Amino acid sequence: MGRSKGRGWSLGLAGLLGPVAFWLGLFFFVPLLMILAYSFGTSGVYGGITLGFNPTNYLKVFDPLYLEIVVRTLFIATLNTLLCLALGYPLAYFIALKGGSWKHALILLVMIPFWTSLLLRAYAWVVILGGNGLANRTLQFLGITDEPLTLIFTPQAVTMGMVYSYLPFMILPLYAALEKFDVRLKEAAQDLGASRWQTFWRVTFPLSMPGVIAGSILVFIPSAGEFVIPNLLGGSRTVMMGNLIQQQFLNARDWAFGSALSVMLAVLLLGAILFYIRRVGAEKLEGV
Amino acid sequence: MKRRDARISRGRFLKVMGAAGVAGSTLSVLACQPNTSPSQGGGGGGGSEEKQLNLYNWSEYVAESTIPGFEEQTGIQVTQDFFSSNEDLLAKLQAGGSGYDVIVPSDYMVSIMIKSDVLQPLDKSKIPNMKNLSPNFRGLPYDPDDEYSVAYQWGTTGILYNRAEVGKIDSWDAMWNPEFEGQIAMINDVRETLGAALYRLGYSVNSTDQEQLQEAKAALLEQKPLLRGYFASTENRPLVQNGDILLGHVFSGDAITAVIENEDLEYIIPRPRATRWIDNMAIPAGAQHPGNAHKFINYILEAKVGADLSNYTYYGTPNEASLPMLDKELTELPSFNPPDEVFDRLEVIEDTGETTREYERIFTEVKSA
Amino acid sequence: MAASSTKGGPVYKGLGKVPDWGLVLFAGLVYVFLYAPILVLVFFSFNSSKSTQVWTGFSLRWYGELLRDQSVIDALKTSLTVGITATAIATVIGTLTALALTRHAFRGRTIADSTIYAATVMPEIVVGVSLLVFFVAAGLALGITTIIIAHVAFTISFVTIVVRARLAGMDSSIEEAAQDLGANPLQTFLRVTLPLILPGVMAGALLAFTLSFDDFVITFFVSGVGSSTLPLKIYSMIKFGVSPVINALSTVILVTTMILILGGSRLFVRSERA
Repeated sequence: MGRSKGRGWSLGLAGLLGPVAFWLGLFFFVPLLMILAYSFGTSGVYGGITLGFNPTNYLKVFDPLYLEIVVRTLFIATLNTLLCLALGYPLAYFIALKGGSWKHALILLVMIPFWTSLLLRAYAWVVILGGNGLANRTLQFLGITDEPLTLIFTPQAVTMGMVYSYLPFMILPLYAALEKFDVRLKEAAQDLGASRWQTFWRVTFPLSMPGVIAGSILVFIPSAGEFVIPNLLGGSRTVMMGNLIQQQFLNARDWAFGSALSVMLAVLLLGAILFYIRRVGAEKLEGV
Repeated sequence: MKRRDARISRGRFLKVMGAAGVAGSTLSVLACQPNTSPSQGGGGGGGSEEKQLNLYNWSEYVAESTIPGFEEQTGIQVTQDFFSSNEDLLAKLQAGGSGYDVIVPSDYMVSIMIKSDVLQPLDKSKIPNMKNLSPNFRGLPYDPDDEYSVAYQWGTTGILYNRAEVGKIDSWDAMWNPEFEGQIAMINDVRETLGAALYRLGYSVNSTDQEQLQEAKAALLEQKPLLRGYFASTENRPLVQNGDILLGHVFSGDAITAVIENEDLEYIIPRPRATRWIDNMAIPAGAQHPGNAHKFINYILEAKVGADLSNYTYYGTPNEASLPMLDKELTELPSFNPPDEVFDRLEVIEDTGETTREYERIFTEVKSA
Repeated sequence: MAASSTKGGPVYKGLGKVPDWGLVLFAGLVYVFLYAPILVLVFFSFNSSKSTQVWTGFSLRWYGELLRDQSVIDALKTSLTVGITATAIATVIGTLTALALTRHAFRGRTIADSTIYAATVMPEIVVGVSLLVFFVAAGLALGITTIIIAHVAFTISFVTIVVRARLAGMDSSIEEAAQDLGANPLQTFLRVTLPLILPGVMAGALLAFTLSFDDFVITFFVSGVGSSTLPLKIYSMIKFGVSPVINALSTVILVTTMILILGGSRLFVRSERA
């Protein structure tokens, strides 16, 4: 399977892309077109849609209440991505480059907690961070605080919960990218006199960029659509796009408006990603 | 060494893919009917129906003996699946998803479902046990002629609080008391929480009056800084039990679980008014086994079955004949069996039609503030 | 400078002790972060009352209940069936797609790229409802098959993106060399390419499985009678209470997986040393 030279298509290429074109074409594009159609429709009082051309659903999005939610969502998603990168990179580095023969076990150990329901883990966090919970008791025992702190159901708890939820989405692609790193490059750099830090920044990190890009995308996008964590760990006091869209479809039964919101969200996120990739350099994602 | 690639022209490839995509999407957009039209399947004939019943229920809402008892009595196999909210249930039915014979929607959702044509009328001749129902649970506002639904379990929504710390309270004012700042939690449900504000102001929980709604919104905005947050009832209960909060907005069954275990805790149905909610059994239009569905509903209305159910869930039974068989532990609690004067203060939540979107917008505004 | 021989050396090969210990400590803390709620969860599986948050005493009753509760065990079986099947399909398709996107420059690649990203962007409720409408219109019976179809649809892109991270910057000269030496494309793929990208493929598969195993919203809408997955059972417990039976089940899954992994690794390490 060599690279095809030139910009043409070949049977091989069609074969590679066939399955995804079929699957996504049928089970993604069709629903997508449906939602686009709905976004221009008019909602019935009890759900259901009358198709037509009604652009007012999009105008409704520009209500200050909803715009605030959009901005907040993008901010939280960005913050989450940065935090996941900060926490996830060292761990992925450790497993990929220092894990030796244990790296498969180590990476699996990262994922196992995520095979238990998020609901249960969120409830566990409530117990840990509660007034009489482990965290507070430890702090008081160590003499750091005298009284219980309010740790849970705060915006900080939501942030922590988001990082907790999305860490694997950052770690896995980073691990995939770092694992192929040839240690001899590092040693060569150091032989040539670079310090450890310089080696990292100028050799290791740039070579792991595809992993960083992939991880950032895989954290940023789903974060923007999150609706469970703000409710379970934040007392439902942080309203994100995910909550809003869910609510419009289910509670307000306004399928048209919900669809319009989804389309807007999709366009925003897609735009953000394409911009990000262009900035970082699209060629980083290609083969040599 | 060069290999020859078989080339199909890019143009042709794209054209074929594109055509397939357009064809597929056009077909489905045209074909999709968001509302299921009621297909009258097998009109009530018990003879030709296979021995199967598909139940769509809330989780943890049947006693251990309920389903095995039915299966033994009738030889009909029951498959139970679970949904997590009335709205999820409605959306799924409307989008065409089904296969269920008995569903368990709540009060206001029954009337929405009737209006959306997703239910089929009941054949009351097949449900003789309906006579067991207490008059308080017949002719309810969401189904005045009992045509489509039969009450299953009911409860109230009130306040679970730590009487030892808070002292005795009796009205919604406690949830707005600045003395308990940070120690109060409400339910994350627009009808219950906006409802609480409406009750406190002396209005109806089903108000569609703009002015009243705006007042209620102001009340909620005033309350928000005092709250830990808006949660599910099953989340508020452990918070009170663990001492993280002092006052929690909860459903009666949850509260009773806590009250039985901890003497310091008490559950009240606040003044001036509070919610009485009722979950009901109904049969979706297009159900495959309507005959069996009727048998199941009739079975649930048997005195012993109703009692077993309530003894397990700690929620109220609408079945008068079941009352003598309830656990003493439950019947002794005033909150389980409210006396008439309290019962009269209870309101049933009804569908608010177009105003629903206004309610939702208000709640979003409050939560986002 | 430290030599980089790999046979039989210590696990941590660093170029200086201090930053290494810093890294180990950091990694350890992240693991603690990941596992803290798991320990609490396991703890409450031994609770004597029906609460997952209020401790009342020690009891094994939930494990007994787990053995008796057929619906939970059925839900687990369904989740595993769906998870493994969907992961297998999505991994294959996703890997092929990643190969196409990374290795071939073709017109329309940007659009293909954007489609892959776009497929991760749709909110779950939207995907769920629209897939349901689509399935019904197409006359497909709802059940395990529709769940698998839906799960593949929303995980393909994740696999593709992860495998691309692996492929990017990868030199294809080895494969070209293999072909020059006479290997046909299939042989090249199986014996040269695949082993090289395997960690990426495995990472993608792991991600796909994890996404599928805990999915609620999409699964809710496209599932049929009797095809409840574990999340459907669990999330529906929010209204009337989550039973610690779920904690017991999670503990069992946890312990089993750990034993399998650590046991498997032992064999793996041992065979490497041999």
